[in-house]
Parts: sequence; C-alpha cells; structure tokens
Amino acid sequence: MTLDKLKAGSSAIVTKIGNANAERRRLLDLGILPGTLIENVMASPLGDPIAYRVRNATVALRREQARLIEVEEINTTE
Amino acid sequence: MLKQGENKVETACGGCAAAGCGSREPHRRAGGEAQKWDYTIALAGNPNTGKSTIFNALTGLRQHVGNWAGKTVARAEGYFGFNDKKYRVVDLPGTYSLLSTSLDEEIARDYLLFGEPDVTTVVIDATRVERNLHLVLQILEITDRVVVALNLMDEARRNSIRINERNLEKDLGIPVVPMAARRGEGVRELLTAIEKTALNPPAVEPRRFEYLDAALEKAVETLTAQLCETFGNLPNARWVAMRLLEGDESIIAAVRDKTLGTKAENTGLQFPQLAEVK
Repeated sequence: MTLDKLKAGSSAIVTKIGNANAERRRLLDLGILPGTLIENVMASPLGDPIAYRVRNATVALRREQARLIEVEEINTTE
Repeated sequence: MLKQGENKVETACGGCAAAGCGSREPHRRAGGEAQKWDYTIALAGNPNTGKSTIFNALTGLRQHVGNWAGKTVARAEGYFGFNDKKYRVVDLPGTYSLLSTSLDEEIARDYLLFGEPDVTTVVIDATRVERNLHLVLQILEITDRVVVALNLMDEARRNSIRINERNLEKDLGIPVVPMAARRGEGVRELLTAIEKTALNPPAVEPRRFEYLDAALEKAVETLTAQLCETFGNLPNARWVAMRLLEGDESIIAAVRDKTLGTKAENTGLQFPQLAEVK
C-alpha cells in the first residue's frame, strides 16, 4: 500500500519511493528511504498534510507526496 | 556591504560571561570589525540545529535566532579572534542535503562547494543524529576539513538519549564536539577543534564512499576534465560531474549559463543588514 493509506497511530516500513526525480530526492534527503520505519503521528485539521515520525524527527507530508511512498504496514498490536 | 563598526559589540569579557562560554583565554569577538582574517569557518547543518546560536556564541553578534526552519535565508558573516588568529565565520541557511531544491539551500550548497572555507563546521542535532549524518557524509565527500558540532546535547540529555561521541569521531574520522550552545557549553572545545583543523589538516582519513563502477568512473573523469577546461580552477569539479550525470537541474543550468561557482562569494547579505531584522 502507499503511505497515505496508513492510519493514525500505525507504523510501517518503507519499501519503495516512486517516481519524479526532485521529489524522490527530497524524500531521501529527509531520511525516508527503503527500510525506514515510519509512523503516522497525526493529521492536520483538514486531514492533509499528515505528520509522520521518521528517525526521531517529525515530517509533514502532503497526501500527494505520501502517495509516492510504498510501505508495508507492521502489526504492532501483537 | 560590510559597514565598518556598525555592529561592533562591546567587547570580550562582558559578552563572554553573558554567553557563558567561560573564556579565560583570549577569545576576542568583533562584529563589523576585521577586514582581514586568517581563516574562514563555514557553519552548515540541517535547519533548526542551532547554527545561528553557535554563530552568535563565536562572534558575540546577535544574528536573529528562532525555533523554526528556514529562518536564515542568506549568509551572515562575523569575525572573532582566538589565540592570535583571526577568523571569519559564515553562517549558512539550513540544508538537508547538498543536492538542493530551494534557493536558500542553494546558497548553502554553493558556498560549501565553491567558497572553499578553511574549516566547515557541521552542526548536528543530538536528538536526530541519524538524519543529520546524511549531510555530514555529503560534506565529507567534498572536504576533509570538517568539525562536527554535536549541538543540543541538553535536549538529548532531557530525552535520555546517550551518544558515544568518541566512537562517532572514530567512525567519521573527524572531530566531534558535544555542545549545548545556548548554555555556552562546548564553545571553547569547538574553538579548539576548529583551530586544530585550520592549522593542521586532519591526520585521520575521513570516511569516504566508493560506489562507482568502472564505466561510471570513466564518465566522471571525462566530464571532470571538461569542466576544469571550461571553468578553470573549479573546486569540486568531480562532485559537479557526478551531479551532471545524475541530472541535477540546477547544476545543469549553472553549467549551461556559465555561472557555476560564481555565486559563492556574492550571494546573500552581509551581516550588518541582517542585524536589523527583529
């Protein structure tokens, strides 16, 4: 699934960062790369952007940016 | 332009005590003074890691400090003296990467690449070391005269984050100075590390990556040679060649219109103007 589908409070591992050059570069620079643990911390009042926790930093991503990131959700409840 | 004297800070002792750097030895600070300097120090780092706080602690100036990213949009410069040498400090806008995307990041990148500071101090956030090391490694690819200021140690302590700075130093091959610049902690140690690096280029091999295969290496070499031919004595031509191959648009544009490297010395404001910003 893509990161924008990840629910608040859930975590996932990044598997792939798609598409456009500069955008991809930017995400990599922010420390979002394949294998990175990422958590949906909270949404802004309008639901977009959403704040994600990455490497102990909080990063706000727009929905369209989050859609570029393929993730695999990890089940934290068990 | 630098206007003489306008920002001169009532000197040393009073200011030092206030900043809490506990300096007993000569660490003279002078804002708009000093047209000549022995060494240039660049302050680089991710946004909001305390570059401007360190800049102020070193120079005694009052460059605007605030807790938000993107506050420093142009270069600020100040001067200080330490053990009989004069230093110019250049405070750069925060950047996550040398492969920049915005104008302020480009200012930082161009200065680091083409301004050839004698020592580059990379300020990193002790609570987000992993993310910050990305820029450190990128900068180590272009210069080995680097000192890492491991800032915000007070915040790391509050969050129970412990960092083995000696190991980090060993891994990176460059000095790592733990600091809490807003309390004046580590300022003297940073000065000493900067001085050491300025006077004697590092004894340890900084960490480098070798990731080119033979074909790519050849392409890089060819391009590097052509760049040197076109731009004369261009620092970091090899780095530029790799960006060209990568398709970095801002670099391609700069090569095309021949402005590559010319922006390092004249972008941005000099400090006296920035001092007015409240």
